[in-house]
Amino acid sequence: MKLNRRNFLSLGVGVVAGTTLSPLPWKLMDDVSIWSQNWPWTPLPPDGEVTFEKSVCTLCPGGCGITVRKIDDRAVKIEGIEDHPVNDGGVCLLGLSGLQLLYGPTRIKSPLKRVGERGEGKWQTISWNQALTEVAAKLGELRSNDRSHTVACISGSDQGTVPGLLNRFLAAYGSPNYICTPSIHDSYEIALSLMHGGRSSAGFDVENTDFVLSFGSGIIDGWMSPVRMIKANSIWKNENSKVVQIEPRLSNTAAKSDTWVPIKPGTDAALALGLAHVIIKESLYDKDFVENYAFDFNAFKTIVLESFAPDDVAKITGVDKKTILSLAKQFAGASKPLAICGRGQGKTPGSIDEVAAVHALNALVGNINKPGGVWAVSQPDYIKWPEVQMDAVASSGMKRDRVDGAGSEKFSNANYLLNRWVGAVNSSDESPVQALFITDADPCYTLSDTFAVKKAFDKIPFVVSFSSNINETALNADLILPSHAFLERYEDVPLSAGLTKSVIALSKPVVKPQFNTKHVGDAIIEIAKKLGGSIEEAFPWDDYETCLKATLGDKWDALVENGYGADPDFGVPAWEGAFATASMKFEFLGVARVRSGEKDVQAKHLFTPVMIEGNEKSYPITLMPYDSLRLANGSIGDPPFAIKTVEDTVLKHKDVFIEMNPETAEAYDISEGDYAVLNTPKGKARVKIHLFDGIMPGLVAMPTGLGHTGPDEYLAGKGINFNELIGPVEDADFGLDAVWAIRANLTKA
Amino acid sequence: MKKEHTHENAKKFGMVIDLDKCTGCGACMVACMAENNVPFKKDESEKLDSITWIRVYKLTNGKSFPDTEICYLPKPCMHCSGIGEHGHSPCVSVCPATATDYDHTTGIVSQIYTRCFGCRYCMAACPYHARYFNWWDPVWPEGMEKSLNPDVSPRMRGVVEKCSFCFHRYQAAMDKAYTEGRRELEEDEYQTACTQACPAGAITFGDLNNPDHKVHELKKSPNAFRLLERLKTNPKVYYLSSRDWVRKAGDNYLEAENKVKKK
Repeated sequence: MKLNRRNFLSLGVGVVAGTTLSPLPWKLMDDVSIWSQNWPWTPLPPDGEVTFEKSVCTLCPGGCGITVRKIDDRAVKIEGIEDHPVNDGGVCLLGLSGLQLLYGPTRIKSPLKRVGERGEGKWQTISWNQALTEVAAKLGELRSNDRSHTVACISGSDQGTVPGLLNRFLAAYGSPNYICTPSIHDSYEIALSLMHGGRSSAGFDVENTDFVLSFGSGIIDGWMSPVRMIKANSIWKNENSKVVQIEPRLSNTAAKSDTWVPIKPGTDAALALGLAHVIIKESLYDKDFVENYAFDFNAFKTIVLESFAPDDVAKITGVDKKTILSLAKQFAGASKPLAICGRGQGKTPGSIDEVAAVHALNALVGNINKPGGVWAVSQPDYIKWPEVQMDAVASSGMKRDRVDGAGSEKFSNANYLLNRWVGAVNSSDESPVQALFITDADPCYTLSDTFAVKKAFDKIPFVVSFSSNINETALNADLILPSHAFLERYEDVPLSAGLTKSVIALSKPVVKPQFNTKHVGDAIIEIAKKLGGSIEEAFPWDDYETCLKATLGDKWDALVENGYGADPDFGVPAWEGAFATASMKFEFLGVARVRSGEKDVQAKHLFTPVMIEGNEKSYPITLMPYDSLRLANGSIGDPPFAIKTVEDTVLKHKDVFIEMNPETAEAYDISEGDYAVLNTPKGKARVKIHLFDGIMPGLVAMPTGLGHTGPDEYLAGKGINFNELIGPVEDADFGLDAVWAIRANLTKA
Repeated sequence: MKKEHTHENAKKFGMVIDLDKCTGCGACMVACMAENNVPFKKDESEKLDSITWIRVYKLTNGKSFPDTEICYLPKPCMHCSGIGEHGHSPCVSVCPATATDYDHTTGIVSQIYTRCFGCRYCMAACPYHARYFNWWDPVWPEGMEKSLNPDVSPRMRGVVEKCSFCFHRYQAAMDKAYTEGRRELEEDEYQTACTQACPAGAITFGDLNNPDHKVHELKKSPNAFRLLERLKTNPKVYYLSSRDWVRKAGDNYLEAENKVKKK
């Protein structure tokens, strides 16, 4: 048949009609849609046997008991242990996101050696043997040159066997430079040692108090042990206990309190002394305690009555006289009043005057070592290892001064002064630290004045990180010897974050190590063995697990079974024989006497405002940090689930918001969502503005926990690290970082 | 269907959330995400497309410093029963695919992902913004899919998802009860992930019909209220607040509304 136009068109019509009427295309389309539905659009999590494994969460110092739900060998959910002395079934959002840290892409999968520049993120995978040999070689070299004291270790804690092994290693090796990251615990420890005597940490019996006077503590914003504090807050609601929150910004804690008392920032100690004035003047104090158990009440009384009258205090603090009188009466009138401090989550030591003044309030009402009060809790002493036999190098190294000056004549009360350590490294021509080990800490992110910290790191020739997840400090290391993650390892965790019980928890390998990692305890033991001699002899254990089992002894089985063990004999301490000061009594002026140089104590030794950086003329605004449970700001940053919960008035895309009172905004002609440039003496940042009525005019507040450079695209590059904008303010007598804010100026962008 | 309405053992699972205790910590949100395999993106600050089966809202009383107050309000799916407990919740009524349905034995509004074809009528109908659409396929970074819970299927692009009151936990608890020869559950045998995790103990979950369950009494509190009660959606999530302005905010109270003349 000839193909002409007519035939061609007929054929076309025929094809169209044929295919339309034929079931084939419809059948194919149907098949395709069914087939494509079976594509693996989403993963199909395999089912299996369900088991639960008890352990402890170590993502913050809080120490919540957790039970991990497993499907075969996969961990799928973290839940709280019911009836646990810390968290009784509750968990915070960081703990709940823990599996994203365990399985996530931020894990360090094997030992790494830096090949690019520091911080560039270029690594070479090396074997464990090579990594440990390199460390041992470097340490051996320093030691043979009589420079063992130039080795330092920064750790998140000094409690438990892992910090114990590190300390022991430094002792056997010959360096006094073991340093812990700073927090409010440092201030409390010093204040307690001067007021109570002896070394103890502060425990707060929050469950039993009926009146809480909080000087800026973010009780439900992550202070001490977050879940325990939120539970206590609910107890207070049930029992109708009163909470007074004193701070210039309406934090979540202030929002949940019964009374919010906005105060001129940085004047908290003055208010506490003003309340003491009223309590003493009106004779509302506990006579039994003051007369029989306190040493210097009369001296304290004279100064407080003379210098901290409500009228004067009202001028300093901006809190009116009526409120001061009423707070003092309410506090003294409660049956179990509790005064606490530590700004926000207590991540900086803050002003020790404040701790002393606030603690004096507890003493005035006699609520020390009593139910509902503040307890001086002695640290657990279950680690009984034989004394280290130091060789000549070690003993001469251990006699050297610490780089940070802690324990020196000038700062004899301090244990660790990391802020001074940074300064000491930066101010010397040759770094006094030649090799640095870091575990359970991220100083390159968490210390104020990030720039200075990085500079100090640049001067240290050899930096080793034991981190199991990538963080800012690991990025600035030369070697990473990744430890097992928190759900992959055995470790004892003595709980101390403000707890009034003696509890040891046991972290357990809920899942087997996912990558080529090694327990930091094993790494230390192996390095010691490579160094040989008296260092090797100080570590008589084959591996960390043997050491841990031997240390815990008969506690081991119960700890494995329950995940924690509480000391059944631990009860409410008493007043009698509780004080180990020179007078064997409570000393109201313990801190002030050190300030006065053990001479004539005056009012200024009780309260001198901590001057923040920046002059008022060029920097008219005060910039304060604020802490939130939704933004982890410690050595671990927010995992994806946690950052997802952050509100869009805190973080929008890559921009962080600062909170500003509408009144302040009006002066700058700024509105909600505008961009602005924030300048401080330390740094500069482009931010967005969020108008918030709950912040005092003249103040702006910025969240902590943002501005990470790593570890993954879920967190990196979002917002600004507050520590880049602020620097430490050293307490002249105690060396601690007393900073609480910095001055700033703002220009509309 | 009719018969089920009068089933004597019918449960009515519901929640009472004490806003005086809620601290806005966000643990409920993450507990839910971890339990229900809720996906996450690299940037979740665009809240309109961010999936959170339970989301904590921040309310303020609108007053200036220092009289400002804040209240947090966690908001899951309300599991509306509709007028007369007939199960005519706004979403169920409009779903053309029966992908969301009212279970008369538990009072739970279900979401069946394999039936849903993504028309999002239910999202438009829901007055509580409790429903979320999967605009993208979920992506878990390499290795993280190990943490997925096998009891809840991950959802694909193009379907709607929402709070299920952790229905899989109910099924698991019932399975266990049946193997032990029981037909009824104890109160603590079936609890949602958010209830279990809440550090404040602000969330109470149970059978609103059962006088032995705590929610039965709590919902009668003079401080109890529900969101947008005037719409007669009959939600099963109750809130408690001792603050007047919070209770008013819960009903979208507008200051000018009583001044508008009725025609």
